[in-house]
Amino acid sequence: MVSVKAKKLAPTDGMLSRHPAAPAASGWADAARASARDRLAAVGAPQRRDEYWSFTNPARLVSDQPMAAKPLAAQDTPVFGETDALVLTFVDGVFDPAQSDDLAGEGLEIQTLSDALGTDIHWAKDLFGVLEEKGQTPVPRELAMLNTATATQGFVVRATQPVTRPVRFDYIQTSDTSDAVIRSLVKVDAGATLTLLESGTVAARCNTVMEVDIADGGELHHVRVQGRAHDRQVFTAMFARLGRESVYKSFTLAMNGVLSRNEQVVEFTGDDATAHVAGTCVGQGDFHHDDTVFVTHDAVNCESRQVFKKVLKSGATGVFQGKILVKKGAQKTDGYQISQGLLLDDEVNFLAKPELEIYADDVICSHGSTSGGLDATGLFYLLSRGVPREAATNMLVIAFMDEAVQEIADEKLADEMRTHIAGWLDRHSAG
Amino acid sequence: MLEIKNLHVKLEEEDKVILKGVDLTVEAGKVHAIMGPNGSGKSTLSYVLAGRDGYEVTDGSASLLGADILDMEPEERAAEGLFLAFQYPVEIPGVGNMTFLRTAVNAQRKARGEAELTAGEFLKVVREKAKSLKIDAEMLKRPVNVGFSGGEKKRNEILQMAMLEPKMCILDETDSGLDVDAMKLVSDGVNALRDEGRAFLVITHYQRLLDHIKPDVVHIMADGRIVKTGGPELAMEVEQNGYADILAEVA
Ligand SMILES: Nc1ncnc2c1ncn2[C@@H]1O[C@H](COP(=O)(O)OP(=O)(O)OP(=O)(O)O)[C@@H](O)[C@H]1O
Ligand SMILES: [Mg+2]
Repeated sequence: MVSVKAKKLAPTDGMLSRHPAAPAASGWADAARASARDRLAAVGAPQRRDEYWSFTNPARLVSDQPMAAKPLAAQDTPVFGETDALVLTFVDGVFDPAQSDDLAGEGLEIQTLSDALGTDIHWAKDLFGVLEEKGQTPVPRELAMLNTATATQGFVVRATQPVTRPVRFDYIQTSDTSDAVIRSLVKVDAGATLTLLESGTVAARCNTVMEVDIADGGELHHVRVQGRAHDRQVFTAMFARLGRESVYKSFTLAMNGVLSRNEQVVEFTGDDATAHVAGTCVGQGDFHHDDTVFVTHDAVNCESRQVFKKVLKSGATGVFQGKILVKKGAQKTDGYQISQGLLLDDEVNFLAKPELEIYADDVICSHGSTSGGLDATGLFYLLSRGVPREAATNMLVIAFMDEAVQEIADEKLADEMRTHIAGWLDRHSAG
Repeated sequence: MLEIKNLHVKLEEEDKVILKGVDLTVEAGKVHAIMGPNGSGKSTLSYVLAGRDGYEVTDGSASLLGADILDMEPEERAAEGLFLAFQYPVEIPGVGNMTFLRTAVNAQRKARGEAELTAGEFLKVVREKAKSLKIDAEMLKRPVNVGFSGGEKKRNEILQMAMLEPKMCILDETDSGLDVDAMKLVSDGVNALRDEGRAFLVITHYQRLLDHIKPDVVHIMADGRIVKTGGPELAMEVEQNGYADILAEVA
């Protein structure tokens, strides 16, 4: 029986009118977009009273106008500056070939989304809107539907072998009313590997969705830094499907941000695979940062880890909704989830909703959520060495965030994150 | 150097009195040892001197080189020349040992109105001092104490002490968890710092350490007080007979 819960649908016209229908592409792409449009109309816009949005008000993500957000000047030391990469630059959410490398690399096939959707790439056809639609159960992800229906920007990237040079998306915001929708498809072939980096504030408001398909033995390493412009409104969703013995590691760092909702929807379809999703953020005042994660184990002997660490100061809110679903037959599952809030004063909120749903009997799943202040013993230790209180506090913040940073497999990238965090903390406590 | 008078300390959160009138004077250039049964208040004394939160001084005083330290912040006490080698050194993930050390050294220099060390100067000094403690470059780069063995942590404490060049060094059970070779290494590190202008207060349970770091004075602490003071022979007595005789004698 289908149970119908009476719900007054919130209109989606505002959301859709903001992003006009994409120009006609191939039949299959048009069909996927039309389906997303219909699905969105059927569920309506997300509302605060939806259970999945009870901690984060989606109003600013669905309004017909984004709230204005001032762009920040470029940073002196660019993020990921230490790592040679194939750089693809977006300005206000629009690909800018003039500031980008050629769409070619050893072991890589790259096309713009609009090129790819106009042709008949069979793997893109099997991915575009497919993982997104699958990820709509058991909870709707309306903004991801909107993305499928309207995105014209983004890339379709395929790794056909181990790729040593990372692909990097650089986002530059110049307009304080920009409203970006970006969709990328990533396919990692059997035995191939790819590192995907993202950095910068995309736009005043952005809706960025990625569908990721990792074939048997493939690896995707994703490291993302979400910019510093405080008033930005961010929605992102990563949908990942993992084949046998594949690896998916995704890390997100955020500093500042009045509204960020980062969703991760991960599904194990092949045995012996690994997925680590991690994130850490630091913010104050009206900072609001939401990580919403759903990991489905539908294969044997897979390992999933969720590690989220939020540093909150003077009024900031951190949200974590994380679920591990272990389906019948997904034996030997090893599922782990930790979410922690470091509360630097009494005015902050850390809201966590960890969930386990397990239908197999031979599994290890654990989850934990804690919140508290600075470690008193650590603070005393540092002060007793003469480290000034502010620097000592920063060191303990770094130590707290590091558990998430450690989830990055590449030591050099992890160190770049550490340097970036330390630099930010230095500037902020000084200023 | 260090002058403690009639120090009474209770826990801030509960009505538990831990130090019940400690009197202790350590002169410049000397090494004093404190021994005493578990729970007698040795670590508490070191924490109160270094400025840890959670304790309330209800009576008495403590001064370092004539300056009252009990009202100072821990970082101010450090800049005044106080150093505590922890019984359990703390791990700080994500913060490199070198970064931490350099921040500490330069903050103290700055607080004293001295010029800060440049990266190059600092590196030269730290490498040299680390070498004598058999701390290699890799350990210096690692996050503070993370993944260090018990002995490595204690050696790292001594390295910090050597870098900070404090006037008054308090060592809380620095010998615990050390193998024979590490004990020698650590003791050599301490002895190298012995100087006319510097004093040590060494908290230990065992004579072993005092074979290497020869104390001038040995104190016995029991139930929150110094109950007996003597020369190195007092430590021998404890080693052989335990505390029973001493405690009976002073009771
Ligand atoms: N923060 C605290 N909360 C509760 N009790 C405390 C606290 N700090 C110290 N104490 C108590 O005070 C007493 C003295 O402790 P302290 O650690 O100073 O002893 P110690 O002489 O260093 O012992 P050990 O030789 O075992 O290291 C003990 O009974 C201890 O349990
Ligand atoms: Mg002790």
